[in-house]
Amino acid sequence: MHIPDGYLGPATCAVMYAAMLPIWTAAAKIVKKRLKAKQAPLLAIGAAFSFVIMMFNVPIPGGSTGHAVGGVLAAIILGPWAACIAITVALVIQALLFGDGGITAIGANCFNMAFVLPFIGYYIYRLAGSGSQVGSGRRVIAAGIGAYLGINIAALCAGVEFGLQPLFHHTTNGLALYCPYGLKATVTAMLGGHLLIFGWIEAIVTASVIKYLQKKFPEMLYEEGAA
Amino acid sequence: MKATAKLWMGIVVLIILSPLGLIIPAHFKAGSAWGEWSAGEIRKLVGYAPGGLERLSSLWKAPMPGYAFKGWESKGLGNLSFAYIISALAGTAAVVMVMVFIGKMLARKDKDG
Repeated sequence: MHIPDGYLGPATCAVMYAAMLPIWTAAAKIVKKRLKAKQAPLLAIGAAFSFVIMMFNVPIPGGSTGHAVGGVLAAIILGPWAACIAITVALVIQALLFGDGGITAIGANCFNMAFVLPFIGYYIYRLAGSGSQVGSGRRVIAAGIGAYLGINIAALCAGVEFGLQPLFHHTTNGLALYCPYGLKATVTAMLGGHLLIFGWIEAIVTASVIKYLQKKFPEMLYEEGAA
Repeated sequence: MKATAKLWMGIVVLIILSPLGLIIPAHFKAGSAWGEWSAGEIRKLVGYAPGGLERLSSLWKAPMPGYAFKGWESKGLGNLSFAYIISALAGTAAVVMVMVFIGKMLARKDKDG
């Protein structure tokens, strides 16, 4: 889901950066207000986890690969705003050091994976788990559902961003200037892989870690929605 | 053991296991993720390289492109796995340094309790 340089036209890149600016500003303000000093190491662990889990590429039929993001897990433990900052840092390092995701697409990639993914995932987790005990099995299921839907809606956003490009930018004889595939192809490809495989991996990873934390460190889950 | 120490151990285990994210796709002959092809790959897919894509695709020269050392593209899986672990280590270190800095700026002691 790491959109490289050259797939999105300048207008889309600019709009996505512009969309992320107020989100990053709000995230910094809210986290500053709510984050406790003892939670600061968790912020680093959340970002490190997201960075390294994204390196676990999984092949799917058709010769393509994908991976989990770990963003919903970070959102459940740290709150969605802190997760937004953590995933943003992971994505920026991936783009700068490893060329994974474009420099011009950092706005778009952060919108999909550091904003849509943790926020959708977190609120679905809250909704599906509302009224249940922090240590309950229902919270584990809720975490899995949140993770599955969070990554899929993020993938849908990426698909739409890709697929709009041939409409916006083409030469006079109809050749694409950026992403050459239209909405139908891009949304099908992005959602297909995530609905069938990567969403389940995100769900299983998230639910398993929540289950482990419930058992070993339940206090980490009591501070849910910290920031 | 403290929760954070346990979780850091988990991250270290993931770093050591990270080459699985390279070896398993290679075993199934899987290529790039959808929409993450190089300009050359896309020329093979659609018959031409879109002008803007070709121009922008080489905009940024990452120091460790594709989680490997520069010029290692044609090395074997063993070498690439080694480079992958080094990348995971270097990337995690960079992420943690930035996060510790951000955490210091954002977290205040007086909110503890």
